[in-house]
Amino acid sequence: MNKVLSHTTLDVKQVRKDFPILKREVNGKPLIYLDNAATSQTPQQVIDVIVDYYSGYNANIHRGVHALSQEATDAYEQARIKIQKHFNAKQSHEIIFTSGTTHGINLVANGFSSLLKKGDEIIVSALEHHSNIVPWQMLCERTGAILKVIPMNTDGELVISEFEKLLNPNTKLVFVNHVSNALGTINPIETIIEKAHDVGAAVLVDGAQAAPHIKANVQELNVDFYVCSAHKMCGPTGIGMLYGKEEWLKKLPPYQGGGEMIAEVTFEKTTYADLPHKFEAGTPNICGGIAFGAALDYMNTVGFNTLANYENELLEYATSKLQAIEGVKIYGTSRHKTSVISFNVGNIHPYDIGTILDKMGIAVRTGHHCAQPIMDYFKIPGTVRASFMFYNTKEEIDTFIASLKKAVMMLS
Amino acid sequence: MTIEEIQNEIIDEFSMFEDWEERYQYMIDLGKTLPLIDEQYKTEDHIIKGCQSKVWVHAEMNDDKVAFTADSDAIITKGIIAILIRVFSNQHPKDIIEANTDFIDKIGLKDHLSPTRANGLVSMIKQLKMYAIAYQTQLN
Repeated sequence: MNKVLSHTTLDVKQVRKDFPILKREVNGKPLIYLDNAATSQTPQQVIDVIVDYYSGYNANIHRGVHALSQEATDAYEQARIKIQKHFNAKQSHEIIFTSGTTHGINLVANGFSSLLKKGDEIIVSALEHHSNIVPWQMLCERTGAILKVIPMNTDGELVISEFEKLLNPNTKLVFVNHVSNALGTINPIETIIEKAHDVGAAVLVDGAQAAPHIKANVQELNVDFYVCSAHKMCGPTGIGMLYGKEEWLKKLPPYQGGGEMIAEVTFEKTTYADLPHKFEAGTPNICGGIAFGAALDYMNTVGFNTLANYENELLEYATSKLQAIEGVKIYGTSRHKTSVISFNVGNIHPYDIGTILDKMGIAVRTGHHCAQPIMDYFKIPGTVRASFMFYNTKEEIDTFIASLKKAVMMLS
Repeated sequence: MTIEEIQNEIIDEFSMFEDWEERYQYMIDLGKTLPLIDEQYKTEDHIIKGCQSKVWVHAEMNDDKVAFTADSDAIITKGIIAILIRVFSNQHPKDIIEANTDFIDKIGLKDHLSPTRANGLVSMIKQLKMYAIAYQTQLN
């Protein structure tokens, strides 16, 4: 591994060497990748683990008696323990491998369909990603439960006093993202969890956008469920995790039927396997799970304090540079943000800006970021979203700003 | 002019541009200069699905020829539409249906043609051809 020496200041030049993709060009220009909130790039250390798996010990897990199967099983379960330790779960069987955040949310939503009755209430936040809204709407349709929404203010922050008013003994589940994907707002989940627990409601936190920047401690948070995806934190796509408190995971019925999740099958009755296998039907994404573990190793080597400090610097730098451009309006102006900037310039359509920036080798996201309700709130078709990771540099931001100015000139 | 003649004319115009900047600036200028559609047609019924920006298209038949008007809230998209309308508007439905769209590649906008690209150029062309098919059915 390339050594990331200092734990207080980040050696970004050294870190960038770990990411082969950052050397490529797009449209004849060096790639400047500012779409990290959609997916992060993968360091060589993680790529190596993927290659090693397929060239060294690819086998199906948990049932083979042969050496490869045992090696693969060990590596996969080792990854589960890495995830457990990273998020400080009490037990490794409280970590369920999923295909990603959306899968984790659906798993919990589906499980709650057998626990909810007509008149029960679910609270979600106005800052949610589509995938956070749809499963709950479906759940409410199935069970007759009622969906309520925590509103946000013009800074893109949740209004906690309004949340408190929504809580009552019928509230069974509260659902909120740790960090908003569209605006980057860090939500006060500690308060939300505590207040939800006061009325006996369970809390599921979507950590997809938080996990790459903030190391969540699930025991300290006392959160009931926490979900995230590996691909936003230097891991591969198609793998993620659901943390659930043991008591809750035992209460929820299995999500899918199939191999791995059963203890005993007769035609009369099937006994389900213990946690975590109860929720892991079929052959899982074995390589993905192992690589997820390697991604956490990598990020922990960089160090979450180190990367958070550095990313905050990038955020402040880019924000002040952007604000100096005439007509720029930034959406999501909370003081508590991860390194995400959602903005528009005058009346220029975000799509136009994204298209011109792409021509100059700069990858940003444009559109409604699967968060249509937020766009409706601000009455805009979408935004340009630039999101930074610890491997981005101030020089890249300078080029981004210069390119943006050029795009605005062309489009005005 | 036939569709092919117009396409060749556009290819000629674009061949004068030296780089992407000039090409895009041209499309942006096209997008700016053309008020394309009557406000009454900017409704949900006239929106083409599959575009990140909104695109409205309206078609009507005059003297056995299809006249298109269209608009978008994004200016590059509007420029692309302006080019498409120049090619396909006021042509016989049969000619529109049979026209190929290779010229898009030749004017350096090939990357806009990928069906997975969110700008919906493919959807736009499909929609124009759908209108032509509908009018062709009326003529038959």
